[in-house]
Amino acid sequence: MSKKPEEKQEVETTGHSWDGIEEYNNPLPRWWLWTFYATIVWGILYTIAYPAWPLINGATPGLLGFSTRAEVAQDIADFKERNSGLDEQLASADLTTLAENEELYRYAVSGGAAVFRTWCAQCHGSGAAGAEGYPNLLDNDWLWGGTIEDIQLTIAHGIRNENDLDARYSEMPAFGEILSDEEINSVVNYVMSLSGEPEDATLVAAGETVYLDNCAACHMDDGSGDIYQGAPNLANGIWLYGGDVDTIRETITYSRYGVMPNWTDRLSEAQIAAVATYVHQLGGGE
Amino acid sequence: MWDYVKIVLLGLVALFAAIAANFAQDLAYQVHAILIMLIAGGMFLWAVRRTDEYVVPTDNSQEYMDGVVRYGVIATAFWGVVGFLVGTFIAFQLAFPQLNFAWAEGYANFGRLRPLHTSAVIFAFGGNALLCTSFYIVQRTSAARLWGGNLAWFVFWGYNLFIVLAATGYLLGATQSKEYAEPEWYVDLWLTIVWVAYLAVFLGTIMTRKEKHIYVANWFLLSFIVTVAMLHVVNNLSVPVSIFGSRSVQLFAGVQDAMTQWWYGHNAVGFFLTAGFLGMMYYFVPKQAERPVFSYKLSIIHFWALIFLYIWAGPHHLHYTALPDWASTLGMVFSIILWMPSWGGMINGLMTLSGAWDKLRTDPVIRMMVISIGFYGMSTFEGPMMSIRAVNSLSHYTDWTIGHVHSGALGWNGMITFGALYFLVPRLWNREKLYSLAMVSWHFWLATIGIVLYASAMWVTGIMEGLMWREVDAQGFLVNSFADTVSAKFPMYVVRGLGGVLYLAGAIIMCLNLWWTVTRGQEKQVSAAIAAPAE
Repeated sequence: MSKKPEEKQEVETTGHSWDGIEEYNNPLPRWWLWTFYATIVWGILYTIAYPAWPLINGATPGLLGFSTRAEVAQDIADFKERNSGLDEQLASADLTTLAENEELYRYAVSGGAAVFRTWCAQCHGSGAAGAEGYPNLLDNDWLWGGTIEDIQLTIAHGIRNENDLDARYSEMPAFGEILSDEEINSVVNYVMSLSGEPEDATLVAAGETVYLDNCAACHMDDGSGDIYQGAPNLANGIWLYGGDVDTIRETITYSRYGVMPNWTDRLSEAQIAAVATYVHQLGGGE
Repeated sequence: MWDYVKIVLLGLVALFAAIAANFAQDLAYQVHAILIMLIAGGMFLWAVRRTDEYVVPTDNSQEYMDGVVRYGVIATAFWGVVGFLVGTFIAFQLAFPQLNFAWAEGYANFGRLRPLHTSAVIFAFGGNALLCTSFYIVQRTSAARLWGGNLAWFVFWGYNLFIVLAATGYLLGATQSKEYAEPEWYVDLWLTIVWVAYLAVFLGTIMTRKEKHIYVANWFLLSFIVTVAMLHVVNNLSVPVSIFGSRSVQLFAGVQDAMTQWWYGHNAVGFFLTAGFLGMMYYFVPKQAERPVFSYKLSIIHFWALIFLYIWAGPHHLHYTALPDWASTLGMVFSIILWMPSWGGMINGLMTLSGAWDKLRTDPVIRMMVISIGFYGMSTFEGPMMSIRAVNSLSHYTDWTIGHVHSGALGWNGMITFGALYFLVPRLWNREKLYSLAMVSWHFWLATIGIVLYASAMWVTGIMEGLMWREVDAQGFLVNSFADTVSAKFPMYVVRGLGGVLYLAGAIIMCLNLWWTVTRGQEKQVSAAIAAPAE
């Protein structure tokens, strides 16, 4: 029963044959058998050391006292311990002067970044550069104000949601129901002329009249917008939905109704303060 | 008499299906009811026209029943290409989300196509491969014709009807949302009937065998059929919301449901994709190599160890969840003890080639089988390793799992099936040889490079995203957003898609080769197969 390949022919077969297939009577490979035994022994020892065998009530706890839930609880407790007091301080801190407390400020920025990546990045992008319909938070153009308190209020209560009575609220009419197509066409060209080249320069003058009668109340005579009504600045070349002629016409005809959820239900006060600090320091904060 | 029973039954089925189509509460159910109405109606007409016609009595009890195997071979190749094509497409959907076209939203977006892909490759491609090879193997190794007359045909057509119902159901939104067990209640019931018929055919053939002993391949195939029946029934226990709708409510809830699902899911891998395909391996490798199986003793020990241990390993899919720690420990321990029993099949397969290794140079079909066994060994090592809690805490929910599944499915299941098809087609269609061995070599290399691209891409992204997800800064805050991990994976997603393209190209070459073997090959000058004991 030597295992050398050239002598293989001499190993006996079992004497059976199925459709011409025979079977050698080779023994189990030693290394295979011993590894199999070793995994069994290891398995028995492991089930003694760790929670394993079910009993009538519960299961054997294992000698090491291992528990995945206890591990997580320990991890959380460790971080809590390390950051002890910081959350409480942050929740009640005056955010305008937070930068003076270096430790707390650093904690707020890195904590706020984590909150942002978890909850805000879906719409505003993980780099906060925004997307169509979702404001860019890196620039200095703010719909509802860019001071840290403004940002904090927006995050806490959201915009135009139905969950929070303190949500920021305003509503632009759908001018398709108010103005004629020619009027809309002319005001589109006027709005384009505020920050660049209109599509049809001959309509700008007519558009200005329409603008002053219908739009200036919120967007101001010079198109600079109004943060108290969330009315965007139309003169700075920054567009939430797009600045081409078709998009502006759609915005004026059907209006827009961007919604942001309130976060008071989901985030703690300290987390809201942290993410407000993070957003404020991104570059555009006032 | 039987003719009249058949006519009545088919008529009733068609009638009920028409009623069901009328009262259907959702689109999937309605489409299925109409489909069944048309099939049953057509068969009804056909049966009526042939009633009481005189049939020349023929005694074919001494011949193997190979017609159904031939159909199974065609179905395997067809569904294989469909499954690989959908897989490649959804791989690119992940890399380029624009491929979730707006006009196909609700039908051909990733969420609908993904179960179509998994079911097409596992159940349609793998299932038809198991059906037809098991019918071929059990006849040859029992020296007996398939038991039950036309029951084997019922199994084949019934199973493929199940595939069509499942696949169209996914596209139309009928799913019970259990991975690899997505079909809804009436499709499950139908599969149960088909599966019991399959068991009857297989067991009946073994019981009427002319060989004294049952060959090892048949142990594996029988364990696969029996266990899948049990898994399928228990995991699909549910109550239909209405008899005229596809919705149903699961019997189990919460973590019990999750545990049942992964007991099923893991053993679908264990018994469908491992035990069943080991049955194929135990026949086709010694036949193609023309060598005896390496060790009878090893085959007994590893068979019993494998089927005893596999059934307990499911909880490793639920580490760090609501599942109690004790269950998770047991799942992990059984998975690791399973390592050597799994490798027993690899050793028996590879060592069978000792004394015939030179054939690797000359026979690309053997090469295909050997690399399949190699991938089997690799993924049955990787599996136990990933079941270790600490490893799993990194690998779980990442692309590593996807890579692991595919090195098993593409490497082991795919390659051994290709080898079996290359073996079967010339014999079933009575041809001298395959049309082109060079094309087999092309298939081999395309598929192998495809798998390597796929698996390595998924290892890289899997480990990368696992590390990115768990990365926290000194104060315990997460460093990366989920979207950061998605965009970081982009290049590897493209590589994965390219791997799929290569694998698909290989399968298409195989189909051409097999087609030309049948249509252009020279007929073999031997009398038809005769069922008789080999000795």
